[in-house]
Amino acid sequence: MASLVGSRVERKEDKKLLTGRGRYTADVNFVHQTFAYFVRSPHARAQIKKVDTSKALKSPGVVSILTGADIVNDKIGGLIAGWRIKSEDGSDMKVPPHPPLASDTVNYVGDHVAVVIAETLDEARNAAELVKVDYKILKAVVSTKDAMSSDQIYKDIPKNMCFDWLLGDRAKVKEAFDKADKIIKIDLINNRLIPNAMEPRAANADYNPSTEEITLYTTSQNPHLARIIISAFNGVAPENKLRVIAPDVGGGFGSKIYPYAEEVVCSWAAKKIERPVKWVADRTESFLSDCHGRDHVTHAELAVKNDGTFLGFKNETIANLGAYASVFGTVTPTYLFGPCATGVYKMPAAYTNVKAIYTNTAPVDAYRGAGRPEATYTIETLVEKAARELGMDPAEIRMKNFPTQFPFQQTLVHSVDSGDYVTGLNKAMEVADYKGFEKRKRESASKGKLRGIGLCSYFEACGIAPSPVVMMLGCGIGLWESAEVRFNPTGNVTVFTGSHSHGQGHDTTFAQIAADQLGVPIENIEISHGDTDKGPFGYGTYGSRSLTVGGTAIVKACDKIIAKGKRVAAKMLEASVDDIEFSNGEFVVAKSNKKKTIGEVAFACYLPGTYGEVKSPLPEGDEPGLKETSFFDPVNFSFPAGSHICEVEVDPDTGETKLAKYTAVDDFGTIINPLVVEGQVHGGLAQGIGQALYENCHYDESGQLVTASYMDYTMPRADNFPEFTLGFTCTPATSNPLGTKGCGEAGAIAAPPAVMNAVMNAIGTEISMPATAEKVWKACNGNKKRNSEAA
Amino acid sequence: MWDGAEMSKISLEVNGKKFTKEVSDHTLLSVFLREILNLTGTHVGCDTSQCGACVVHVDGKSIKSCTAFAADLNGSKITTIEGIAQNGKMHPMQEAFKKLHGLQCGFCTPGMVMSAIDLLQNNKKPSDTEIRDWLEGNICRCTGYQNIVAAVKEAASKM
Repeated sequence: MASLVGSRVERKEDKKLLTGRGRYTADVNFVHQTFAYFVRSPHARAQIKKVDTSKALKSPGVVSILTGADIVNDKIGGLIAGWRIKSEDGSDMKVPPHPPLASDTVNYVGDHVAVVIAETLDEARNAAELVKVDYKILKAVVSTKDAMSSDQIYKDIPKNMCFDWLLGDRAKVKEAFDKADKIIKIDLINNRLIPNAMEPRAANADYNPSTEEITLYTTSQNPHLARIIISAFNGVAPENKLRVIAPDVGGGFGSKIYPYAEEVVCSWAAKKIERPVKWVADRTESFLSDCHGRDHVTHAELAVKNDGTFLGFKNETIANLGAYASVFGTVTPTYLFGPCATGVYKMPAAYTNVKAIYTNTAPVDAYRGAGRPEATYTIETLVEKAARELGMDPAEIRMKNFPTQFPFQQTLVHSVDSGDYVTGLNKAMEVADYKGFEKRKRESASKGKLRGIGLCSYFEACGIAPSPVVMMLGCGIGLWESAEVRFNPTGNVTVFTGSHSHGQGHDTTFAQIAADQLGVPIENIEISHGDTDKGPFGYGTYGSRSLTVGGTAIVKACDKIIAKGKRVAAKMLEASVDDIEFSNGEFVVAKSNKKKTIGEVAFACYLPGTYGEVKSPLPEGDEPGLKETSFFDPVNFSFPAGSHICEVEVDPDTGETKLAKYTAVDDFGTIINPLVVEGQVHGGLAQGIGQALYENCHYDESGQLVTASYMDYTMPRADNFPEFTLGFTCTPATSNPLGTKGCGEAGAIAAPPAVMNAVMNAIGTEISMPATAEKVWKACNGNKKRNSEAA
Repeated sequence: MWDGAEMSKISLEVNGKKFTKEVSDHTLLSVFLREILNLTGTHVGCDTSQCGACVVHVDGKSIKSCTAFAADLNGSKITTIEGIAQNGKMHPMQEAFKKLHGLQCGFCTPGMVMSAIDLLQNNKKPSDTEIRDWLEGNICRCTGYQNIVAAVKEAASKM
């Protein structure tokens, strides 16, 4: 049987999704279900003086209205921060309470105040308008930069600061800076984004009074995590009485990693009223209450020698956590950000200091790339500036500082097992025709256009591991992954994975792996995920972890299947176990034609006897059945890397920036399915380019979200992009047997600096993201000149 | 928000089957398809007629079903994503999306496919630019559109 690993296998999950047979949470209905509508705060910061539901309760169709007081009475716990960060002075981070329904204060527009449950959605909405909330409006804190000097939001959290964290050595950095020929400085904003998975969040909770079990359907990247949080922290039901199902999920990008208030409330309410409770966000609710991404204000400096050698790096960042510390909100701007901020370079000394602050905005959490795009944007715009100031070619300064020996001990944390950054950048330059840029620039100039080129070389750390290390750093969970490989008696296979697919193609990629390992045709392998009642506990999908961690768990479980299969085959074939060889789905006695297929062995494991005779194929000590489980905890992160080159053409008369060319050359180690991997790169690029040129979350001074619909928040459309050119290099990872590295976030990490470096190269001045036509036009035409003309 | 909706009786053909149903006058076509006919392949991704996940064909032309009242479409012939495969064989557009990985999470896909089919009805051999311009009303967050454009071209060569 030919190997499937490395093949462009068409996706197994596509047929249902293409024919309208996908089943997303909003498609799930229960008999006798009710509909929930949330009463949300219209104010960014206010005290709740009174919630009056009397009139709303009389509205037609209303079944129940629950408020913060009911949460308190029922002792429903708050939402949690999953990663405990310590400040530089050793103190613990400061976290405000985050009840699923607020009872005394609301802290962002969209914060949850009450839920109205009615027979129909229209009735729930109508009644929600009759819930009267008496607010005392307080002054909102909105600005990331000014949060520390603004009004104090929470009584016990001075300066609105969650933590003041340091990674690195300030004294060593000072020494390095003292020796430098030149210090390159940059001030930048990593603009706030709204993830915008196309499927709005939704939940449908069904309570069975007979078994006292809740079944929660939800839009989750991580149903096991949802179950443990809703059980252990919110206290809605014990884990064994709560089943969480994430069926088809329409994208996540980080925003669906953890449970939100709505899932907690729907589960709790379903149990209270003993009826199913369904909630589906409308898009504006998603804008208001999904966790947002990025939102950093950074000052960074790079110490260099005149020949371009890097000596040291410092990074002072303020990270906006929003109103509450979300599950991965505190790790995103620290351990996912700080270590990668020195980029893909040898950097003798470095530190990253992050002050994480609260504001009266939606919580900020992991969004595609989570910390690594912010890190890469910082270093890669700084390196480009260094090249400009030293008069060096941007490729040359990068090449000069790349490590060439692996494993490479990176400055702040990581031991990077493998990579070849020189080959990657050379290949990118070749594919992008870097040398031909000046000619293309002249051609653009002849049309009155400004052409610019921008580079980005990145490495990132994904598949975060191992569990003991991350828990030592404050992580509240382990980060291993599980797999159960179950041979059915008739010889086909079900593989349960603790990760979750919501677009990544696991049904196919994981089946390719299992097919190769077991020698079973891919059509006979089913990948099952997303249901806590099937398969073992797992940690879901985010941080480009599923293949390296979850895929490896499948390999390990298959190894156990084969080991047992050898013992059984040996008995069946009356041979020694040591003489049994396994390949292409067959157990063969060495140097003979005696063999059993894996299907025959599986059948024998389930029917361990022979009619009319007392003879079992099972070796002494082996139990019947053929099912194995593996929990895989990797020894290290995986470290994908690459170089991207972007060319833009700017129209100085309109400020419009057109992407002329985009070349991405990435090293993801071994690639299982190139079709899927290319798709992941394309999607990441679109989000990264979206951040650079189009997308921006904007709150006004009072904390109102101005960009709360697709009329106001610019989502990238098909006509915003050229055809991307992709290339790959390969240095297999040594931390997992497949040799794979994560590929899901690379595009979103590399694209913002590549695009912005190109825009800045074209217009010759610094500019912040997103480089909208208005900003670029002002940069091209000069604010002062226009202002004086206007005067 | 208002209540006390008027009801209308409408007859229409959906995916070749005739239906007569009572609907309130404010029932959107998307709601009618999803809630009343249980055709949940048509998705709703926004409330401002921007995302295009809900595109269906009414009398052969693509429209956003979140922006049409079912009661206004009495007598129409409607085709949804569930109705374009013939005798269990996927439509060439569906086949092309599968072959070229034109979908990831699949949420925008029904609208994208229905919109793309209408493009080819109007323009048998569209250029990349024409495809990208036409699909401007369909937002995809997963694919970066590249494989969608490739799939539409592939389908054009097969249809």
